Amino acid sequence: MKKKEVPQDKSNLEKANIKDMVYAVDENGEYTTALSTGWEPKSIALDNAIKDIEERTAAAKARFFNNESSSIEYYMELHKMDIPILASYVGLWQWRVKRHLKPSVFRKLSTKTLQKYADVFEISIDQLKNID
Amino acid sequence: MKIDFSHKQAAHCENGVVSNLMRHNGFDVSEPMVFGIGSGLLFSYLPFIKVNYAPVFTYRVLPGLVFNRFAKRVGVKVKREKFRNPKNAKARLDENLKNNNPVGLQVGVYNLIYFPDEYRFHFNAHNMVVYGKKEDRYLISDPVMERVTSLTEKQLEKVRFAKGAFAPKGHMYYPTAFPEKLELESAIVKGIRQTCRDMTAPVPIVGVKAMRWVAKNIRKWPKKIGQKKTNHYLGQIVRMQEEIGTGGGGFRYIYAAFLQEAAVVINNEKLKEFSKEMTEIGDLWRDFALDASRIYKNRSGESDGYNKIADQLVIIANREENFFKRLKKVV
Repeated sequence: MKKKEVPQDKSNLEKANIKDMVYAVDENGEYTTALSTGWEPKSIALDNAIKDIEERTAAAKARFFNNESSSIEYYMELHKMDIPILASYVGLWQWRVKRHLKPSVFRKLSTKTLQKYADVFEISIDQLKNID
Repeated sequence: MKIDFSHKQAAHCENGVVSNLMRHNGFDVSEPMVFGIGSGLLFSYLPFIKVNYAPVFTYRVLPGLVFNRFAKRVGVKVKREKFRNPKNAKARLDENLKNNNPVGLQVGVYNLIYFPDEYRFHFNAHNMVVYGKKEDRYLISDPVMERVTSLTEKQLEKVRFAKGAFAPKGHMYYPTAFPEKLELESAIVKGIRQTCRDMTAPVPIVGVKAMRWVAKNIRKWPKKIGQKKTNHYLGQIVRMQEEIGTGGGGFRYIYAAFLQEAAVVINNEKLKEFSKEMTEIGDLWRDFALDASRIYKNRSGESDGYNKIADQLVIIANREENFFKRLKKVV
């Protein structure tokens, strides 16, 4: 890639005032570095990944209100987690976390266990039990 | 306390941390040099490990390996510490800062507040340097940032003890002993040889063989898992190629820059030609990403471009195989 071809597309990096540093060749064929504001193929991929998470979060919310799933699934998706990541944050086995996604199991959870989840999601137990 | 530390932005976090720590200790080693000597370049496909609901594709070696190999090859000693207890982790960090020793830290990205929200995934192999503390704020040199920044004690503890795959467990590292003069020449040769070996290894999950495997799967995916999922996977391939917070960083260009610099150090004109060729291969990777993005731009699918980009990937694999086989012979 030539230095003058370094992409300067729009991206979410702007908001945080971050620029990508990339290696590119100058007119004499020597390697140098340049800053890039973003590149469209990457931005689209990232946007799609975010949209996927939003869809999964919305679906988890709908399942909660249909009593098909506990609120833990919703908060897990909201925090971009999956079961292995959530299990490692709360310090429980994965199969236990999976069980806690069932509304019937969730209702019987002890305050202590609920508090673990609430701490990970940085909310109160009341907030954990409900979704606004 | 604040250590006199000069921050320099890098294309990739681990290289950047190593290069900045070396410079702090009086050895001017560029980011590409660290990457090349540490044999950082790779391609790997791990279909059985899923991150963000897609398989793992990586263009570089495992985190930590670049520094370890680099250090071993140039004769630097590295100390690494991991912790169970955040309190001990903090105490050891403070002790080092008090002794005027800036340290590298492995951290998770999800709670790194100075990154934009969209970039904060549960990725645990980011690297930064801590070079001081002012009141309760740690002074941070993050190589992907243009300027230095800072984090509170609480914020730093959170990223040091992020959970999930590759959990950092407070991982802290720093060089402890240096040779009088860095043995760059022999280190460069060793570094190049290992990369040639890795890229042409006879295993399906690494090197050019892994690229061919991905190409094969790209052709199958639309039928097997549907277009939506296929497009999600393609997005993951492109994001891993170069993106902040995923460990990407346009590695083919960094490697080309390394070969150009190495040509002068070991006095081998041929490496300059190889550098040019690697730049062309880097351009091919970018074309591949661009064409892949044309497919996943339309999220619902309906594209017959999958075979075309699979062909492109096979061409890249052939070029890289040929490249590394010849490169091995000139060093």
